[in-house]
Amino acid sequence: MDLLVYALVSGVLYGVFFALVGLGLSLIFGVMRVVNVAHGDVIMWGAFSSFWLYTLWHIGPVLALPIIFVSFFVFGCIIYYGIVPRILQAEDPELASLIVFFGVSQVLEAIATIAFGNTQRSLPDSLLGGRPVHLFGQSFPQSWFWTGLISAAAIVLVYLYLSHTRTGYATRAIMSNRQEAASVGVNVSALSALNFGIGIGLAAIPGCFVSFIAGNISPDIGLNLTVISFAVIVVGSLGKPLGAVLGGLVYGVATALMQTYLPSWAALLPNVLLILIMLARPGGLLGSEVRRA
Amino acid sequence: MLKSPLAGLAVLALVAGIFATSFFTFSNESLLINLMAFLALAQGINLLYGFTGYMPFGYVGFFGTGAYGCALTILFLHWNPIAAVVAGGLSAVVLGVILVPLLRLEGAYFGIASLAAAQAAYEIISNPNLTSITQGPYGINLGAVYAPTTGYWTMLGVLLFTTAIAAYFRISRFGLSLMAIRDNSNSAATAGVNVLRGRLIAWLLSCFIGGLAGGAFAWNISFFYPQSVFALTLSIFPIVFAVFGGVGTVIGPLIGAGLLYGLYDAVGVANPEYFQLLYGLLIVALLLFMPGGLVSLAKKVRIHVF
Repeated sequence: MDLLVYALVSGVLYGVFFALVGLGLSLIFGVMRVVNVAHGDVIMWGAFSSFWLYTLWHIGPVLALPIIFVSFFVFGCIIYYGIVPRILQAEDPELASLIVFFGVSQVLEAIATIAFGNTQRSLPDSLLGGRPVHLFGQSFPQSWFWTGLISAAAIVLVYLYLSHTRTGYATRAIMSNRQEAASVGVNVSALSALNFGIGIGLAAIPGCFVSFIAGNISPDIGLNLTVISFAVIVVGSLGKPLGAVLGGLVYGVATALMQTYLPSWAALLPNVLLILIMLARPGGLLGSEVRRA
Repeated sequence: MLKSPLAGLAVLALVAGIFATSFFTFSNESLLINLMAFLALAQGINLLYGFTGYMPFGYVGFFGTGAYGCALTILFLHWNPIAAVVAGGLSAVVLGVILVPLLRLEGAYFGIASLAAAQAAYEIISNPNLTSITQGPYGINLGAVYAPTTGYWTMLGVLLFTTAIAAYFRISRFGLSLMAIRDNSNSAATAGVNVLRGRLIAWLLSCFIGGLAGGAFAWNISFFYPQSVFALTLSIFPIVFAVFGGVGTVIGPLIGAGLLYGLYDAVGVANPEYFQLLYGLLIVALLLFMPGGLVSLAKKVRIHVF
């Protein structure tokens, strides 16, 4: 019973974090049908940015968040204008984007390896409150609660952006139909760039917490994070980026249960989950709405 | 329009000739083994991506499964290694049969799902709980059956078999029907092409080739860890080789793999991260500026590429 409680609480905390991990990917895919397989590597770069901001200037992860979000937003806009318009002209834009961003992910990982070496690094747990939290007779690292809380706050901000701003309305219009949105005067190109930037910025934020959730960071964590992100957004494919929240919670709780009861098989989970859900919804990440002929 | 089988025979003779003479004149055998494995993998990916449009990012899953299938038949059933290489190919076919439902997915989804499938195969084979069968994460030792000469010829055999299949796809009605399915499966079906059968044959052949290459590689390398035969680079490199050369042709992947693997051998072995950087940039540049690969340059000046 104690084990179950522990698994459920940590699962929900993981879940909120993983929801944020998937959110940026989902936003980019939803707006421009670009499959950003470099997503995990952006998270990895967010993680290293947070690590170096602390190591060099003692800027903690919470203070680092706005700096990291803004710089990755700018980086995302640059990448957008360099690559995406050309991809969207390809015969099969989704497959083309998959391959191109695969290349981008290789570049990001290679630069990180060259710059930081292959060593694992970590931020001290004390940065997010060192003392463990006692809840239902179990003790949890305090950093997990802060991670969950900040992730939830970021998700709420994205929700407010999409549901309460004019830019958000226009973004949702593009998501439901690109051509029609353009024909009623939405500036599709500029908004795509904006949302691509936001998506990349959103990917970098969970990066600040990877070290606390996973224990350490290294340049090669990107691929795993990408697969997890896809599992999260595929599970939650409700046609809205906020489906990632459901996906994150399902994934987080499932992971925590696996780690508690079947630890040696836990690494299998995101892969199998991803395949099964994809087969159950062969129309793609957003379900039958976007199924092609 | 069907092409003459003579071109296919010429390519086969050329490949056989090059690797047969290098065996006697070139001392670095492991380089040749790796090159042949990459040529076979690039061609295997070409069979699937070039002729059916499915991009198998997880192609390495079949390579790794083939390596383990071959190794385990040698260790437990004491089969002759050549038969075991075939068994490795067949074990990859079994994995391919399990994964047939993935063919329902399209484009990017298929790519992602196949990547997840390869990761899953790796997680299962390297799992410490299966140490009594697969040695888990501790690796396989085939030193007892190591035979550099027959091993080399077996690998060449795998490569020639792969090239022959690609040539068959290129000159046969079957290959044409595959390309019709790739370009528009609905129209192809209306014109009487059996879509399901075509895709299944191409998929399972491609799996078989990945497994054969893995089995022959395992035998030749004789000691390996699960992460070395399931390394993602074993998917990425051949994909870049094939796309760089030009998919949907027979010689495109061979030229791409030959040129780029040579480059890799010159710079990449000592500095893998710089090479990864170069590769990433190459993938991006290729897809954006030359999606047809090297052979598209020849097509521009109206040279017919086999």
